[in-house]
Parts: sequence; structure tokens; C-alpha cells
Amino acid sequence: MMSPSQRMIVAVAVAVLALAAPWFAYPVFLMTALCFALFACAFNLLLGYAGLMSFGHAMFFGMAGYFYGHVVKAWDMPPELGLLAGVGGAALLGLVTGALAIRRQGIYFAMITLAFAQMVYFFCIQAPFTHGEDGLQGIVRKPLLGGLIPTKDDRVLYYVVLAIFLFGYGAIYRFIHSPFGQVLKAIRDNEQRALSLGYEADRYKLLAFVLSAALAGLAGATKAMVLQFATLTDVSAAMSGEVVLMALVGGLGTIIGPVIGAFIIITMQNYLAATGEFVLVIQGLIFVVIVMAFRKGVVGEFSEWWKRRSEPRAQPKAAD
Amino acid sequence: MFELIGIPPQALFGQLLLGLINGAFYAMLSLGLAVIFGMLNVINFTHGAQYMMGAFAAWLLLGILDIPFWVSLVLAPIIVGLFGVVLERLLLKRIYHLDHLYGFLLTFGLALVIEGLFQWKWGSSGAPYPNPIPGGYNLGFMFLPTYRGFVVLAALVICLATWYGIERTKLGAYLRAATENPTLVRAFGINVPRLITLTYGLGVGLAALAGVLAAPIQQVSALMGTNLVLVVFAVVVIGGMGSIMGSIVTGFGLGLIEGLTKVFYPPASNTVIFVVMALVLLIKPAGLFGQTK
Repeated sequence: MMSPSQRMIVAVAVAVLALAAPWFAYPVFLMTALCFALFACAFNLLLGYAGLMSFGHAMFFGMAGYFYGHVVKAWDMPPELGLLAGVGGAALLGLVTGALAIRRQGIYFAMITLAFAQMVYFFCIQAPFTHGEDGLQGIVRKPLLGGLIPTKDDRVLYYVVLAIFLFGYGAIYRFIHSPFGQVLKAIRDNEQRALSLGYEADRYKLLAFVLSAALAGLAGATKAMVLQFATLTDVSAAMSGEVVLMALVGGLGTIIGPVIGAFIIITMQNYLAATGEFVLVIQGLIFVVIVMAFRKGVVGEFSEWWKRRSEPRAQPKAAD
Repeated sequence: MFELIGIPPQALFGQLLLGLINGAFYAMLSLGLAVIFGMLNVINFTHGAQYMMGAFAAWLLLGILDIPFWVSLVLAPIIVGLFGVVLERLLLKRIYHLDHLYGFLLTFGLALVIEGLFQWKWGSSGAPYPNPIPGGYNLGFMFLPTYRGFVVLAALVICLATWYGIERTKLGAYLRAATENPTLVRAFGINVPRLITLTYGLGVGLAALAGVLAAPIQQVSALMGTNLVLVVFAVVVIGGMGSIMGSIVTGFGLGLIEGLTKVFYPPASNTVIFVVMALVLLIKPAGLFGQTK
């Protein structure tokens, strides 16, 4: 554990970095990375704290993008309503698919969510409002709060996205540290025992699923607002795999891990974009390496190293 | 009678045959998944990629060494099965003690690597594989291409042979015993780790065999297994992985349902299997043939 003063230094450094970032990095890249970071945090809320691995989270992320685009472009409504539609739509989709998926456990849960996401994907190919293979393009950025915040300037929009991210991240932090989060962890660690104590495990799991879906929706709708389009890529199984990878790289069950994982993966994709298929090959290799050797992820491994470093006289633990 | 509801018999039986063929592939693939899961406790996400490798192996054997389809039918599954054995020895065997999740993630990563490499080498547009038995029969109510009829029959034989091998032979008995209680089976002097490797090789070989059979019907392409494996997951959820016969029946049945949907309401044909999955989860969450654990 870091001491309070060390924590303070890190917190201030991160805050300064986050505020100054758009002046030395490309704002659109930062905004995209923040959207994926929120997406990965939402996914991790479910896997890290409820022990449920959804392999279909792209359906919430991608559909929310479509909802946002449809509300803002086809219905010509303000972007705030678009974001609300994205979050609400994703939550509703989460309620339906979650209620069905939590009827099975473990690996079946992953396969069921994956199958539902594939169903949503096939639906999106055919549905008229998604514009199929073309995607929903040219969703014009409109000013927020009735004209108070102009969003044409990428740097201004960056602070809006940062605020949305912090709202989502704060919400997840609150969930995890609330009594609700404690019960969720109890269910994750021993469902039978939680049941015997009188907690209705299924209701807690479903609530966690819906919250996670809603936050993934917030991330997806925000991404559509930033990039001004919504496409099939965001609802595909590959996207579902990508968010798993982000959380895994960063460290499952750590609250900051998915953020770091998202930045690593998005940066990597940026540099490798020109190599085509090799992005997939390298992502696949990262999966393999992490599962075989670094299951704790960047944050998990780092905090272990930090612990060892700060307690040099402690008994060395036997390798497992 | 069929004209009464506005559907010509040719269209109906044509789609039913197509459904039966799809069902044959669902059955063969979900069978392999079930066998592997029973023994290894790993959901083999690489299954679709290994199916694709089977088709590619046949295509390359023909293109480079001029080896005919009928030889590839035996050779390709062996080659891909051996590849599976190497994967199991190198990677999979190290993660059996972990949560199921990790096997899923590891094989997902492997699928990305394999499909990415094939796509990089051969592109994603696909190559045709010549039909080994051209021609067909006019059955009066429909035209039956010989090869397609052969695929359905071959798939049935393969599925039943697998069922027989696991449920009725001594080796199968060892396999089932090792699934139930590996420690006890080891105490009888049976080499369980080798049995596990063999099972994985067989399961992968089964996927590759399905791939070879698919090659003359579909284009041989790097991504031919990507979407298929996701549908097969739904089939596995519907059937439950508890029973071999259950996988076979579910696979063929869902193929037929898909074919019928194509006749009566085409827009839903892609999604009907997932709708069936949702219904099964509502009514019998453990799957049609599954036991609740």
C-alpha cells in the first residue's frame, strides 16, 4: 500500500496530466481512449466485482452509439437526449439479456452473452436505422447545455468527455464501496453462503449487469458523439473481445486497471493500424501471454512489485 | 398442398436440405466442443479456426501436392489434430487448474492469432474448392446435388461413430471415467494426461474434418469459422454439453429450424437460433439435454 502522501502526489500528478493532456496529445485520440477506458471499467465492474464474464459487452457499447446517432441525427434532438437514449437503451437491453444470461453460470454465462451479442449484431446488419454496412455517419456535433458549451473545438469537447468519464468512474467507485458492492463481492466469492445469509443473489447480479450495461452504453454514446459515427464494428464480437483484453491487460478486479489497459490497447492499435491483420495477431498473442504468465495484469503485477519493494524485510513468499 | 400456403415444394425442400447441411456442421462442431469440454474443462474457442484450418489443409494439399479430396478427408484432420496436440502440450495443459474463464480467453487469443495469420497470408476473399462428386439426382419434388447428400450422410456417420466410440468402447469408457474422476482413473494405471491430449487432438480433428467437408460447399477463407463458432456456442447452450446424442440431435434440429425460417420468414433466419436459445433459457435453463450441476 502507498502511504497517504504518496497517494496525494500520484493523484495530483494524474489530475494535472488529465487537464493538460489535450495541449500535447491529439484530443480525438484522448477522447476515444477515455471512452474505451469507461467501457472497460463498466465491463470490469461485472467481471471483477460480480465474477460474471460477459463476452457480449459490445452490444451495449455499439447499440448505445446507434441510439445516440438516431436520436441526434434522424430525430434532430439535442445531444444530451442522445446520451440519455444511449444509456437508457443499453440498460434496457442489459435488463433483458441479463435476466436470461444469469440463469446459467460460469462459462455458459460467457457463451450466452456472446450469443446474444451476435444476435444483436445480425439485427444491426439488417435493421434500417443502423444503415447496415455503411453505418450511421455524419452525426453532427451540436453544442451542449443549450448552446453554453460549443463542441466543435476538440479541446473543449475533451473536457466534456473527461467529465463524463469521471462521472462514470465515480459511479463505479461508489457502487463498489457501497453495501451493494460488498454483497456483490460476497456473491462472487461464495454464492451459496450469500444465499444462505438471505441475499437474493440473482437480483444483485442482475442489478450489476444492468449498471454495467448502462455505463458501457454511456461510453458508446459518448464515442458516437466524439467521432460522429456509429458502425457495425462497435457491436461485433471482436469489440467484445477487445474490452475483455483491455480489462485483462490492466488487471481484473482493480479499479484503475481497465483505464490503463484501455490506454495501452488503444495506443497499440494506433501504432499498428497500418499493419492490417497484424493488429489481431498481436492482440491474440497478448491474450495468450497474459493468460499464461501475467494473469494479474499491469496494475496487479505493479502493486505486487511495489509491496515487495516497500517491505524488503518481509519473508519472501514461496513461488506458486 | 404446398402451393396453398404459397410455397413451392422446390423452395421448401431446397431450404430444408440447406438446413440439414448447416445442421450437420452444427452437430459435428458442437460434438467436438462437448467432448473437449468434458475432458479438459475448456471451451475451445479455437474450434472455428481449426475448422477453417481443416478446409485450408485440404485446399493446400490439393493445390500444392495434388492430393485428391478423398485422401484429404483422412489426411487433413490428422494434420490439424496433431497441431491441436502441440497446442495442448505447450499451452492448454498449463491452465487446467485455473478458472474456466482462462481457457476461454486463451483459446480466443489463439483463434485471433491463427485467423489473423491465415488472413495475412491468403487474404479474406476466399478460394473455391472443386466439387469432388459433381452432378445430382432429380427426386421429382427437388434437385439433390450428390455432394450435398453425401455431406449429410457423412456427418451422420461421423456423429454416430463418435457416439459409439465414446459410449460403447473401452477407450470411451476410460474417457468418461476420467471425466468423472481423473484421480481414481489414474490409480488404475491409466495415463490420464495422455488421454486428455488425445481427446483434444480428436476434438480438433473432428472440427478439421467438418472443415474439409465444408470446403467444396463454401469458399475456403480465413474467416469461414469466425461466425460459425458463435452460432455453435448457442447450439451448445441450447443442447447442454452433458450428452453426446443430445449434441447431435440439437445440431441437426437447429439446422432444420433455420432452414424452415428461411422459407417462411427470411429476415429472421440469422437470428432464429439465438431466439431459440433465449426460449430454452427461459423454460429449461440447463439446456435440453443438460443436467444442472
